[in-house]
Amino acid sequence: MIARTEWVLGALLGLGLALSASAQPRPERVTPALIDAAKKEGRVVFYSSADIIVGEKVAKAFEAAYPGVKVQVERNGSERLFQKFQQEVSARLAIADVISTSDAAHFVIWKRDGLLASYLPEEAAQQIPLEFRDKDATFLPWRLSLSVMGYNTKLVKPDEAPKSLVDLLDPKWSGKIVKAHPSYSGTILTATFQISRELGWDYYEKLAKQKVMQVQSATEPPKKLSIGERAIMAEGNEYVVLLTKAQGNPVEVIYAKEGSPTIVSPSAVVKNAPRPNAARLFQSYLMSREAQQMLVDDMFMRSFHRGVKMPAGMPSLSDVKAMREDAEAVVDQVEAIKERYRRHFGT
Amino acid sequence: MGAKLDLSLPTFAVLGLFLCALIGLPVLWLGYFSLTDRAGAWTLANFVTIFSDADYLRPLATTLGVAVASGTGATIVAAPVSWLIARSDMPFRRTSRALIMASFVTPPFLGAIAWEILAAPNSGALNALWRSLTGASADERLLNIYSAPGLAFVIGCYTFSYVFVLVANALDRMPAELEDSSSILGASAFRTLWRITVPLALPAILAGSLVAFLQAMTLFGSPAILAMPAGFHTMTTKIWSLFQYPPKLGLAAAAALPLLGLTVLLLWTQARLLGRRSYAVVGGRHGEPRRVPLGRVGRWSAFGAVMAVLSLPVFLPYGALFKAAFTRIPSAPLTWDALTLHHFRFVFFEFSKTMPAIGNTLLFGLATATAGTLLAFVIAYLAARKAIVGHRVLGFLATAPIAIPGIVLGVGLFLSYSRPPLLLYGTAWILLIAYLTIELPAAYQQMQSSLKSLHPDLEDASRLLGANRLRTLRDIVAPLMASGLAAAWCLIFIGVMRELSAAIMLVTSSTKVISVVIYDLNESGDLGAISVLGLGMLFATFAIVGLVSRLRRGGEARMRYG
Repeated sequence: MIARTEWVLGALLGLGLALSASAQPRPERVTPALIDAAKKEGRVVFYSSADIIVGEKVAKAFEAAYPGVKVQVERNGSERLFQKFQQEVSARLAIADVISTSDAAHFVIWKRDGLLASYLPEEAAQQIPLEFRDKDATFLPWRLSLSVMGYNTKLVKPDEAPKSLVDLLDPKWSGKIVKAHPSYSGTILTATFQISRELGWDYYEKLAKQKVMQVQSATEPPKKLSIGERAIMAEGNEYVVLLTKAQGNPVEVIYAKEGSPTIVSPSAVVKNAPRPNAARLFQSYLMSREAQQMLVDDMFMRSFHRGVKMPAGMPSLSDVKAMREDAEAVVDQVEAIKERYRRHFGT
Repeated sequence: MGAKLDLSLPTFAVLGLFLCALIGLPVLWLGYFSLTDRAGAWTLANFVTIFSDADYLRPLATTLGVAVASGTGATIVAAPVSWLIARSDMPFRRTSRALIMASFVTPPFLGAIAWEILAAPNSGALNALWRSLTGASADERLLNIYSAPGLAFVIGCYTFSYVFVLVANALDRMPAELEDSSSILGASAFRTLWRITVPLALPAILAGSLVAFLQAMTLFGSPAILAMPAGFHTMTTKIWSLFQYPPKLGLAAAAALPLLGLTVLLLWTQARLLGRRSYAVVGGRHGEPRRVPLGRVGRWSAFGAVMAVLSLPVFLPYGALFKAAFTRIPSAPLTWDALTLHHFRFVFFEFSKTMPAIGNTLLFGLATATAGTLLAFVIAYLAARKAIVGHRVLGFLATAPIAIPGIVLGVGLFLSYSRPPLLLYGTAWILLIAYLTIELPAAYQQMQSSLKSLHPDLEDASRLLGANRLRTLRDIVAPLMASGLAAAWCLIFIGVMRELSAAIMLVTSSTKVISVVIYDLNESGDLGAISVLGLGMLFATFAIVGLVSRLRRGGEARMRYG
């Protein structure tokens, strides 16, 4: 799938364009020795911001592939995971082995602070295009999703649903909108950065006057839609809307005319991982075709892996006008974004 | 075992030092951080910000408003309910008491989630019912739980039981003679109630409303669940947000201190007020208080009213949780097709956090309850019998944590134990310390009141016969106080089950407890799983508390007849 839209992604992600191919670390294979060592360690602690169902499914699949290595998933919103991890680092505690959040800026910060180990699984070296990878392989793109709009199909007719982000500013949607919060969700922090870049803060200032219900994680707005608490979702995970829809709930995605924020969720081996071998084995597994195909087939994510086939019906990134991600730029603005947001929305 | 060496004094000295460290350390660190900037230089800037910036003043005002409203509301409802149950001939009084205990056991954050299911403006079951009854349009709503009044209401639902316990206990113990004389002198039942019973119960009512106020002010879970979606903060959620990246420890510590100060001030006021009113409890043995007959209609309408009150903290929320646990969409109409065991399968077979969290929670509950009861027992004994120099200080230290809101204690403990030489963050010990600190005051007060009813004669006899204090404590006092000990144990155990605000600051992946797991699940809106876990936790608590009270009754019977 990537081969076709590679140029789109390349343009979207400012991730690794300035890299020099010579600096690549040596790709490493999953050897029987690594598997044995991982089994001796017995488990791997995975800090992940993906919806709880995703984390648990990946864990089960890994445990089936490598019996004897248990996965302990710690799920929280990205920003809370980040805070927790920092809190542990400040107390010199090593707990997490592999960490993944939906705020790519976190990885830039952690890499700068020397908290991540460089590790390049062979399959990632072969199958994930160079331009999407950190040049030192201190983190790798685990999955890609979008932050999208959405609506409850029982409460809103398809032709009456908003088509664009600015449609949400219509007074008729006042009190009917739900979104998640950039202080808790990495997806929303990233989305806030991209949307305010494309539409200006003006947009958020007006949106804040629409009596928006604010939940914490970007995985929650689709659930608030599905129970009918709000009719319209301004921002939330594309894959959770599609998962919720697949469970038979009356929800539908809207790809905004202005485009949808692109959310890359990298994953990385923690430098002081208490179980370094299990961590490397798990990171290799996350990048494998099998695991990536499962994300795409069962959980409506998008993959960077060349060998993964996109299921029919999933619109391509160019069709939905995915916005450009720029993790490096987010790093310097985290505090400013949260502050600006708080000024408009109150929390 | 005729120990020649009396270990009493060293034991008590160690105990005193332990308590000082337990409570003093976090408070000192909070003070230090609030008075320094990031570089470690002394400054008052944090306090200037807290008291001048509207971002902090507004949450402070909201917190006070919510606490006053919920405390007042809980008291206004709980006082008459206590009288009906303790002093009238209303039917099903025991059942009513048991139901109020059920509301006491219910963690406030779980109640808040249940009330989301009931009274969220659009999807709330009660709003849907109201719309179908009145034919109101889909845009209209009766209740909005995501608001300051909604928050005050939900908090009041779960502080109500504190007021009830205090007032009902006072009414139970109230001397009947005064009321009797009033009736003999020709006063009507109402006049007796108004001129005798109410004034006598006033200190308890006051104490109850104060506890309700303090609880409301220091809660974290309910505002985190109900205030944040509506876009406002209370002090506790504000402190929590200051811990998010980039963490502002100085501001968090400074924001914590007004809560602490206010709590101390209120407790001091209460002590003054109650001190002056203590004439109300003079006297020795009294007659059993007489129940006021309400008449046939009155009895049953009183029962109806009490059940209506109890529907708010118990029937409705439990119903909502049950429904969410067994259906895919908690707000959809209840039909056979909608029923599913999906959430049970997820929680018990797919979700890897469930079993470790249950194990941790039970372990913390048992360990804290046991250690806390022992600690409270020894301290209460020393204070009551004035056994060592400084017994007053011990008593004060054991009561002091009541003035520390959980989230503040969490901050303080993290600051104290996350740097060398005391690296306890990340271990189970820091949680044990947190739970012990938070639950000590209630257990201590329980022990104190049981000790009051115990005459020191038996102890004196034991000591005359050559036993030292520790042995006397173990062989004489403890068995006589079995019932009080069991009550304190249950109190601590329930407290640990309910605790969220300190735990959320201090857990790491291997020490996760159910309350934090529920909070995490709520972050992503998994109502079904929350309901299953919450109900499971409630039943486990009921079962253990029930077992302990049964053991206690067995123990008492043996003491009496054995």
